Amino acid sequence: MALTIKEVEHVALLARLELDDFEKELFAQQLSSILEYVDKLNELDTDGVEPLAHILPIYNIFRKDEVKPSSSREEILANAPLVEIGQYKVPKIM
Amino acid sequence: MSRDYEIVVGLEVHAELKTASKIFCACSTAFGAEPNTQVCPVCSGFPGTLPVLNEKVVDLAIKTGLALNCEIAQFCKFDRKNYFYPDLPKAYQISQYDLPICKGGYLEIDLDGEKTRIGITRAHLEEDAGKLVHQGDITTTPFSLVDLNRSGVPLLEIVSEPDMRNAQQARAYMEKLRSILLFAGVSDCKMQEGSLRCDANVSVRPWGQKELGTRTEIKNLNSFRALERAIEYEAKRQMDALEDGETIIQETRTWDEEKGVTRSMRSKEEAHDYRYFPDPDLTPLRISKEWIEQIKASLPELPDQAGQRLIEEYGLSEYDAAQITISPQSLDFFDQSVALFPDAKTVSNWMMGDLNRLLKQQNIEIEECLVRPAALAEMLKLVKNGTISGKMAKTVFEEMFLTGRDPAEIVKEKGMAQISDIDSLAPLIDEIVEKNPKVVQDFKNGKEKAFGFFIGQIMKATRGQANPELVNQLLRKRLNKE
Repeated sequence: MALTIKEVEHVALLARLELDDFEKELFAQQLSSILEYVDKLNELDTDGVEPLAHILPIYNIFRKDEVKPSSSREEILANAPLVEIGQYKVPKIM
Repeated sequence: MSRDYEIVVGLEVHAELKTASKIFCACSTAFGAEPNTQVCPVCSGFPGTLPVLNEKVVDLAIKTGLALNCEIAQFCKFDRKNYFYPDLPKAYQISQYDLPICKGGYLEIDLDGEKTRIGITRAHLEEDAGKLVHQGDITTTPFSLVDLNRSGVPLLEIVSEPDMRNAQQARAYMEKLRSILLFAGVSDCKMQEGSLRCDANVSVRPWGQKELGTRTEIKNLNSFRALERAIEYEAKRQMDALEDGETIIQETRTWDEEKGVTRSMRSKEEAHDYRYFPDPDLTPLRISKEWIEQIKASLPELPDQAGQRLIEEYGLSEYDAAQITISPQSLDFFDQSVALFPDAKTVSNWMMGDLNRLLKQQNIEIEECLVRPAALAEMLKLVKNGTISGKMAKTVFEEMFLTGRDPAEIVKEKGMAQISDIDSLAPLIDEIVEKNPKVVQDFKNGKEKAFGFFIGQIMKATRGQANPELVNQLLRKRLNKE
């Protein structure tokens, strides 16, 4: 279950994390040991067991289709680093 | 562009479901509000907030599934699709991965009388993302602006099988799907407002080859015309590339409406890796047979059924029936008109002809046009009782379409009323006949052309206002007396 440095780099990129060589090595080891631990579950015979969709046996929790007032725009944007004409201002994405 | 290749198309359509509030929170879904005024901590992704599913979204998804002949899942769940993008505040989209709410349906398209069944692989629920607005000139500005009003609006993504073989079929599928969604009342389907969006998967393969070629996905198709043009362009691009010995790269491309080309959107080599997993914040759904039956019972008349009714009840052609059932508003227009003027074929001819032409010219929908069924019926009555000729009616109708005015009023104002009384026509016919003894002689010698000459003279003298049928009758009587 040993994780390669390449796999660590891939996961880091997906999570937008910048890791240095030391960290890559360290996390490769740590993540590998976590996976090894979890791998114990593979010893169980799960034939005929439905995959679990939710941890609790509850279903169909709904709300009615009713509009309630939204938050004020000031409140919603209060934590945004940059705001312009009532909108979040972010680096350009092409 | 048939060449040596077969085109294969599949469509992914996102339909915004018609609810008042968003899928997981109580913010309004109304279109056109000021940016970020229909947003709360849930749909803007504040930590610690919890989504709660809007029950109506499930009702509408089941309804859509039934209208598309799908199997409705007895059990389904929501999953997180993880990716970073500024219009996605939680950095994951709540969607459905391996257990969609609807599976395995179909719809039927009809192109020039040829019926084709297009399979529907699945339809799943998800939340919409926000909207990115690029500030100023997109090539130079370093910023984008984010509006989250659309974030959390309920969507049903309807995925077709790769069953279409050309751009026209893809368009017909999209039009039929839109019509079904409109009849079922599950979506507004306004392409220009983004409540109906479409991505096309396009590939080509040598004729006879079983395996599919490598496909590309085209985004940004905002109209039926864009869909058709983009598929035609992309298929040709792929054929040209293959003929030049190149290989097709599986990628996402965007349609450039102005230049009429598709362009690659590849950013990095990073393959899509969404790391889907069940959303622990939402409970799974159990959909009972009773629930499905209850919705089935509430399904209104759908386009195919309505079309069949028009064919059986009124003897319309399949083509006309399909055109009239293009939207519930169009069918309503027809039904109301026929109720007031019970000659379905005439109503259908006017809808297919002048009305359709003017709608296309102005690029508007039938519900936006100023002519209402009552006015059309009134005009058709004026034609029937001989007040105006069919030819005059065209002019009157155009005026009605442009101004919304009453047909009788237009006829009166323009002095268009047809001359239908014998007392004013008979002397005129006498006069013209007497003036042309030579032509009368020709007529007697069996020259039918001579008859046409007189008709022409009479119409000219009355500036086209004489009732042609009556003139015909009176003239023949008059000439037979000679």
